Amino acid sequence: MFYYDFMRYAFIAGIFIAVICSFMGVFVVARQTSFFTHTLSEIGFSGASFAIFAGFEPILGMLLFTCTSALFIGFSGEKLGRREASISVFSGLFLGLGILFLSLSEKQASYATNILFGSIIGITAPNLRTLIWLSILLLVVAFFLFRRLAYNSFDAQGAEFNQRGNRLVSIIFLLMLALTVSITAQIIGALLIFVLLTIPASAAKFFASSLPKMIGLTFSFVLIGIWLGLTLSYWTNWPASFFITVLEALFYGVALLKDRLLNNK
Amino acid sequence: MDYILQVDHLDLRIPQRQLFKDLSFGIPQGALTCITGENGVGKTTLIKYLLRHINRESATVTINLTPDQVQYVPQLRNIDDDYPLSVADFVALGFKHRLLPWNTPRMKQTVADLLHETNLTKIARQPLGKASGGEKQRAYLAQALCAEPQLLIMDEATANLDQESKHELLRLLKRIMPQRNLTVIFITHDPELITTYADYELHLANQTGHLTKKEAQN
Repeated sequence: MFYYDFMRYAFIAGIFIAVICSFMGVFVVARQTSFFTHTLSEIGFSGASFAIFAGFEPILGMLLFTCTSALFIGFSGEKLGRREASISVFSGLFLGLGILFLSLSEKQASYATNILFGSIIGITAPNLRTLIWLSILLLVVAFFLFRRLAYNSFDAQGAEFNQRGNRLVSIIFLLMLALTVSITAQIIGALLIFVLLTIPASAAKFFASSLPKMIGLTFSFVLIGIWLGLTLSYWTNWPASFFITVLEALFYGVALLKDRLLNNK
Repeated sequence: MDYILQVDHLDLRIPQRQLFKDLSFGIPQGALTCITGENGVGKTTLIKYLLRHINRESATVTINLTPDQVQYVPQLRNIDDDYPLSVADFVALGFKHRLLPWNTPRMKQTVADLLHETNLTKIARQPLGKASGGEKQRAYLAQALCAEPQLLIMDEATANLDQESKHELLRLLKRIMPQRNLTVIFITHDPELITTYADYELHLANQTGHLTKKEAQN
């Protein structure tokens, strides 16, 4: 299995994806911004199509669109991003815009559609380097912002009144999220990044009651999911994204079951 | 008498409605002042307005404290049943002056002391989501105390508590106030709590307010 470059890259990439998703995921789940995370990937898709239409690098288009949306949500209050109606509006509008730009540009659409589904098997050496840089950047920001971000995410109402610069913390986090989704979506696809940013951390919170433990457990869930998923995909020739998604859903199922059993004893 | 907070001739409007006209009062230092008034009279709006004017030049509001010396315990908090953080970790979110992610031994000791003081030591490692209403309120209080405030504002903290938990919270407050040189503003509707624990009552009605001294039994 490790004879092939692409398998080796995918396995190594798994480690860095796990780093990114564990640090970002616990905060995404605590802030209840899972669906905004999903919307961001659709916004990214439309940004990439726009870039193809306008004739510049797709990643720049993605960053432009996702960061602008993150700023918009950050300034108008995250509640807006949690509202069911605004999620539908954003998702629909940006998917529609993406389709429009693609049809207007009359160019190969494979790059842009790749963003929606992506492929962890197709990871190249430059992709891997990008993932490593992103992990380092996010770790550095998360390190210095950790306390404020923890207060802001795990006690939104308390932090709103008692933490200075609280709104700035939210905005920085949303920008980090926009960056994460844009960069990882073009490498592993929007579906997988959505799954990995939300499900493992949601499962971890049933097993751990401190932030370091939650991050550690999320890291393990992501890494096990990716590695096992890749292995199963190698054996069966079925898509890796499918196995990874199923495995993560399984972790969540076990977590729910455990919670049910413990609370009904 | 020393006032920790003073309001002079304040007019406060929200869109379509005048909440207060020429409102003046002072909050006596070191005492427990209950703010009372009908629903919708503007208690929470007034408090939020005051919070925005801490340490700022203002003709109508004087609060000579830093923002960290004033801690507000909001009425509503998003702590549902599967909220994961332990009581101790939730309390430790309240530290304001540290950049690095981990807690120093001194901070850990402070958390342990606060949990002991608020009678939460037994459930310190338990997720806050599984705690009772009274325990949650005491955890909110302990978190606010991490910042070593001089003025603590609690908004309807007893609204959803049973009789016993209500009195436990108020007794706890009255016990720690002199030890920590703490002034407390307590927004409440509960006449029983006011007669038992309040040193002063600020009653808001008809766009104005009156401060009266109460003879607290405890």
